[in-house]
Amino acid sequence: MKRKWNWPIWVGFVLAVAGLFSYEFFAQFPITRDFPWANFLLFGIGGALLIAGLFRAFGRPQVYRGKIFGSIFAAIAVLLVAFFSYVIFYVLHQVPASAGAPHVGQKAPDFLLLDQNGKPVGLGDLLRGPSGPPKAVALIFYRGFW
Amino acid sequence: MRSFQHRLSEFDARGVRVVGISVDPPDVNKRHSQKLGYTFPLLSDPDAKVIRRYDVLHPGAGPKGADIARPAEFLLDSDGIVRWVNLTDNIAVRARPEQVLEALNQFSSAGQ
Repeated sequence: MKRKWNWPIWVGFVLAVAGLFSYEFFAQFPITRDFPWANFLLFGIGGALLIAGLFRAFGRPQVYRGKIFGSIFAAIAVLLVAFFSYVIFYVLHQVPASAGAPHVGQKAPDFLLLDQNGKPVGLGDLLRGPSGPPKAVALIFYRGFW
Repeated sequence: MRSFQHRLSEFDARGVRVVGISVDPPDVNKRHSQKLGYTFPLLSDPDAKVIRRYDVLHPGAGPKGADIARPAEFLLDSDGIVRWVNLTDNIAVRARPEQVLEALNQFSSAGQ
């Protein structure tokens, strides 16, 4: 007799893979970026389905398929979650301490840099402004797109 | 950066100039400004001289082990005095525009 398709294993595995690769999407929104709960939700649902599928495969092997590939998928899913956690909780936190960065109350170091049109812009220019001095200047250092 | 562009009119209205600084050369900055519709200046610090001066260097974190800036945000008053600093401990978590506006409220109400 042909055994039945064990869908929870497949759906669970797809959700686990989606949990890993969807961070690029979720990272656009602060609420799902600062803590990746949406990704862990996907991992959680995927893991529950994988476990349910494995129970079917091992509990009623004459009815459901998936003892071998279900185990392989589950092992891969565990590795995906481990890799994701490593990146989120370790790699992303490898930021220098920047103890020597200007503190509140200090004068910001001067600079003169080229803008996107090749025009030199200094801190003094920014503080003077094109139409009178601005109230404040926000300097945003970013990693860049290279 | 995108979130700052989205709310740039609020920064303009409050008299805050927004400026981005990275190691990207001007032509890359120009391309990105055009592509993403950024209307605030992106300054180019290819040798990371200014990035070093502000001690926000992330050594070897760029392509082929190049030195780049770590994410960091400074709010200066009109005298160039630092009034607020945000040094994240997570590369993916940068300051949100509302944090900067809130910091502006704080130092504006403190008698500036």
